[in-house]
Amino acid sequence: MNKLKLIVKREYLAKVRNKTFIIMTLLSPLLMIGMIALVAFLTKSSIEKKTTVAFVDQSGIFKNEDFKDTKIIHFENLANIDLEKAKVIVSGSSHEGLLFIPKKDSIDQVADHIQFFSQDSPSMVTISELESILERKLQKEKMLQLNIDLKKLESSKVNIDINLANFSGERSSKMINGIKIGLGMSAGYVIMMFIIIYGAMVMRSVIEEKTSRIIEVIISSVKPFELMLGKILGTAAAGLTQFFIWVIIILFIFMVSSMVFGIDVAPNMNTTQMSAEQLEVLTQNDTQFIFTEILNLPLLSMFIYFILYFLLGYLLYSSIYASIGAAVDNETDTQQFMLPVIMPLMIGVYVGFATVINDPHGGVATIFSMIPFTSPIVMLMRIPFGVPWWQIGLSLFLLVVTFLIVVWVAAKIYRVGILMYGKKINYKELLKWIRY
Amino acid sequence: MKNILVAENIVKSFGEFKALNNVSIQVPKGSIFGLLGPNGAGKTTFIRIINQITMPDQGVIYFDGNKLQADDVHYIGYLPEERGLYKRMKVGEQALYLAQLKGLSKHDAKNRLKYWFDKFEIGDWWNKKVEELSKGMAQKVQFIITVLHQPKLLIFDEPFSGFDPINVNLIKDEILNLQKEGSSIIFSTHRMESVEELCEHIALIHQANKVLDGKLVDIKKEFKTNTYEVGLQVDQKEDLLQELSEKFETSAATFKSLEEDLKLNIKLKNGDTSTDLIKYLNKRAIINHYVEVVPSANDIFIKAVEQNS
Repeated sequence: MNKLKLIVKREYLAKVRNKTFIIMTLLSPLLMIGMIALVAFLTKSSIEKKTTVAFVDQSGIFKNEDFKDTKIIHFENLANIDLEKAKVIVSGSSHEGLLFIPKKDSIDQVADHIQFFSQDSPSMVTISELESILERKLQKEKMLQLNIDLKKLESSKVNIDINLANFSGERSSKMINGIKIGLGMSAGYVIMMFIIIYGAMVMRSVIEEKTSRIIEVIISSVKPFELMLGKILGTAAAGLTQFFIWVIIILFIFMVSSMVFGIDVAPNMNTTQMSAEQLEVLTQNDTQFIFTEILNLPLLSMFIYFILYFLLGYLLYSSIYASIGAAVDNETDTQQFMLPVIMPLMIGVYVGFATVINDPHGGVATIFSMIPFTSPIVMLMRIPFGVPWWQIGLSLFLLVVTFLIVVWVAAKIYRVGILMYGKKINYKELLKWIRY
Repeated sequence: MKNILVAENIVKSFGEFKALNNVSIQVPKGSIFGLLGPNGAGKTTFIRIINQITMPDQGVIYFDGNKLQADDVHYIGYLPEERGLYKRMKVGEQALYLAQLKGLSKHDAKNRLKYWFDKFEIGDWWNKKVEELSKGMAQKVQFIITVLHQPKLLIFDEPFSGFDPINVNLIKDEILNLQKEGSSIIFSTHRMESVEELCEHIALIHQANKVLDGKLVDIKKEFKTNTYEVGLQVDQKEDLLQELSEKFETSAATFKSLEEDLKLNIKLKNGDTSTDLIKYLNKRAIINHYVEVVPSANDIFIKAVEQNS
């Protein structure tokens, strides 16, 4: 037991003191927040930047107040200038383009012949904004022609916003489903990344011991299984350290930035995630409501399940990684064994993305959250939606049992493999080792 | 208890391949024991079984009178042939770690390391990373790590490979010192001159079987052919050679001499003694050189392997 502690400690320190590890640990959250900030900044600045659109209206339908400046477009009326001259003027300016409304006999014909001239292809946002302005106006004109009472039409409108609640009467917002999906997906994805990154770390560390030939010295003092277990646990500890440091750094940055920018932070965050339309619908009250909703989610138990599934999934996969590392002489030889390891992880993520969003408790999602090789990912995606305890229990039980079987097999391969040099290994050979 | 290690009927197979076939060996306490054999004979497998790295299929090993058990690794020091260290770990830290794995407390390990580092004058390596050391330097560190926990039994597999002649002598002296202090040593090598120099007992494994073991002196006696190397000063060399080769089994010998002698290896006839030969030769020539041909460890090795192939 004492030796296992020594090994865990050495592996942990070897990982944690590594320069790449330190840099990645400190930089990743900054990079992530930097990315979010950049996206937010770009979105905001592009929204704020108004483009100028010149227009020539020969139809006489539109009045000046129909072309009021919108959030993104500033209008310039080139009245009494013919089309050719206007084209010359606009092409020599920094305007986005020239809107041309010809004179025609009927509104329908006008609608069919409106044109937009520009140097480069115009932005979709500008065009759709223009289209909606023109549509609204022409529709209105047509309704007048058809003698439709606009006031009556206006008063006939109904606005529906269904209020969601569960059977125990707690109100919930529609946003919360999206948040649950987001939380579940990112948890599943993070687990996959952690397993791949840290599993590969275990594998590389095994290969290093093999190629540096220290392995025989060490296993003359400790049992191979102890070494393997110590390596896996030490690396897991390093992974958890990194994870906790990330959580702390991110919390810290949010706290500092909310202190510096005051209340500004939260709405800004939302701007980046929601379209302008949603934002209009969303009052300050709703934002408040969503935050309380998030806090009402079983965050603590989600966190505990995250750690639990992360550890078990990691233990399962890293023992496979360790045995692969033991079987080969260098990293390039690992490729033939990598696919069967990565495959179930990938399947987990894609099945999760495809099924959990539509039907978190459907057959496919439930089955894949039971299969031990995909359950850490798929179950975590389902958990925010509320999973019956017996399903979680069963999936954990299957995971633990599978882990014990896999680690037993992996240890056998590991024990033989670490002392085997210069042999090209295939699956048949591995099978033979298990029987030694 | 006379023997530090007794191996009884050790059998080990890897699939179809038999690595050890009924090998029994006794290593006397306080001796330097040469474990010899051609490449692939099964030496390394045998050493790994002693170190409990691999388990034998059959057979028992007794260590210091008792059945070998897990904790005995604390009393065994093993320097494998293929050896290395963590490249990116500091020398001192690494030595401490490996010593603690052998059951030493951190405090003891530190003190003993300081003693050895001073002795080898490598104190300033403590904070260096192993990748900064030369191969010979790393080997020195490994030697220290092997002997640090003052094991009762030391196993050296090709301990001199990678050392320059000065360091070979340094290590050789240390091995003899350790023997003096009471350690028993198993010494596996292909360098027969070191075997000659260091080992009192040897065992030879060939194709998974033990073909020879015992005291080196006894084995030499067993392998001697009653042959004498002679240098004879005589006028009529051709005639004498003719006469001797008819009477004895002779072959040409080479050694340095002052005179233009007739140089021969002469094998005694059955029942004859050395005195008979001298008397016989004395009548016919001046004997400038007369010495018994003692088989070297090298000769024995080659002969034993050829006989058993």
